[in-house]
Amino acid sequence: MIAFENVGKTYPDGTTAVEDFSLEIASHEAVVLVGTSGSGKTTLLRMINRMVDPSRGRVAIDGEDVAGLDPVRLRRSIGYVMQASGLLPHRSVLDNVTTVPVLRGTSRREARSRALELLETVGLDPALARRYPSQLSGGQQQRVGVARALAADPNILLMDEPFGAVDPIVRADLQQEMLRIQKELHKTIVFVTHDIDEAFLLGDRVVLLRPGGVVAQQGTPQEILAAPADDFVRSFVGADRGTRTLHVEEIEGRRIVVDADGRAAGVLEPPAGGAARA
Amino acid sequence: MTWVLENLDLLGSRLLAHVLQAIPPILLAFVLSLPIAKLIAVRGWLRTSLTAGAGLLYAIPSLPLFIVLPLFLGTSIRSPLNIVVALTIYGLALMVPSASEALRAVSGDTLRAATAQGYAPLQRFWQVELPLAGPALVAGLRVLAVSTVSLVTVGGVLGVPSLGMLFIDGFQRGILEEILSGIVLTVALALLLDLLIVLGARVALPWARTPRRKGARA
Repeated sequence: MIAFENVGKTYPDGTTAVEDFSLEIASHEAVVLVGTSGSGKTTLLRMINRMVDPSRGRVAIDGEDVAGLDPVRLRRSIGYVMQASGLLPHRSVLDNVTTVPVLRGTSRREARSRALELLETVGLDPALARRYPSQLSGGQQQRVGVARALAADPNILLMDEPFGAVDPIVRADLQQEMLRIQKELHKTIVFVTHDIDEAFLLGDRVVLLRPGGVVAQQGTPQEILAAPADDFVRSFVGADRGTRTLHVEEIEGRRIVVDADGRAAGVLEPPAGGAARA
Repeated sequence: MTWVLENLDLLGSRLLAHVLQAIPPILLAFVLSLPIAKLIAVRGWLRTSLTAGAGLLYAIPSLPLFIVLPLFLGTSIRSPLNIVVALTIYGLALMVPSASEALRAVSGDTLRAATAQGYAPLQRFWQVELPLAGPALVAGLRVLAVSTVSLVTVGGVLGVPSLGMLFIDGFQRGILEEILSGIVLTVALALLLDLLIVLGARVALPWARTPRRKGARA
């Protein structure tokens, strides 16, 4: 479990990135922090692995204040995926994936055989293992970034706008891959994005932030869509826009979901096993 | 040409002396420049003043420096050690600014990513920052090597044996072949060292010459 207890961050130059933020994230839960730039979402994420130390309050993992942990060992125990992948350009794909296990003292050979399996887990051809990051496409690099974050089998995965720099088709692909991986591995995921659709897709729980790390609303995607707390949330989730206000029309005996502009959004199936995701 | 063939021993010993005076300052200046550059890269004011200071070092005329140094070092005026020390100073003047720029050019995002993966600060410097600054460092090293090889010749004026002595001696005694062989060997030595550095960099930095995939993003 990750707990933010009244944390705040004020930089030496006087700017306050986060005022007063509290949140509990259960184990195996995927929580998405979503907000515009200046909402402090990345700052909050980096407090978990001590890339940023809070000026006030504390961040605890399983009840233990991270301020008391060695930052280097802490970071090696937490997977981290960042925007534009953050791969080391002078290391091959394989060596990038083995980074953390090797830093933790696993033998290179053992780390490599596990890394090859991981490349398949994230949907990459192991033949790419010898390449350098600059020889891969943006989407492939991002997959390597995910494989690297998973390499030491961490309980916690921090993802800082990991799919922000790839085109929409590749992004949708990576998002589906992420859902599949999470179904399999059940990590505790803290995911940062400015894309509300991505947040609703990937988050068990979504935390909407205003500037300064102020929580505008938090809850499951369904809860937020069903009852936006205020106008800020309503405009952020696009409840005002036609795409989110859907109604059902019956066409040739099938129930079609149509948005406010009259565009068909999908087919309404009677609720069977799995509830439809928002 | 006959002069050359008759004096191969002399040419060989001058060349060897030249190499022995050139290599140590190149290595010393390169190795010493790295911690200095790392130190000043993080402090803006220090970088500005030290870069200017390094430029001033280079402005010290070489001949007087060769003459003054023995007073500080307690060496004789013809000791090759003077040359080594003086050329290390010039080497630092060249290498510190270029090394500090090389380190500063390493992407901050990549360094942050390395920190996030759990590199300890020193590990990050040796395993990430230094290799990534590699190509730019090599560019600086090439200038350093060639410049040092040519500066060693100045010692010849003071009677410190090197290839420089060949053209000073040849000039005084009117032996054109001796002058020419001094110049040719100096240039050849500089080119050879440069080539070795380039080849060494190819082996040490294989990633730096991989063709970028078309349309791939960094």
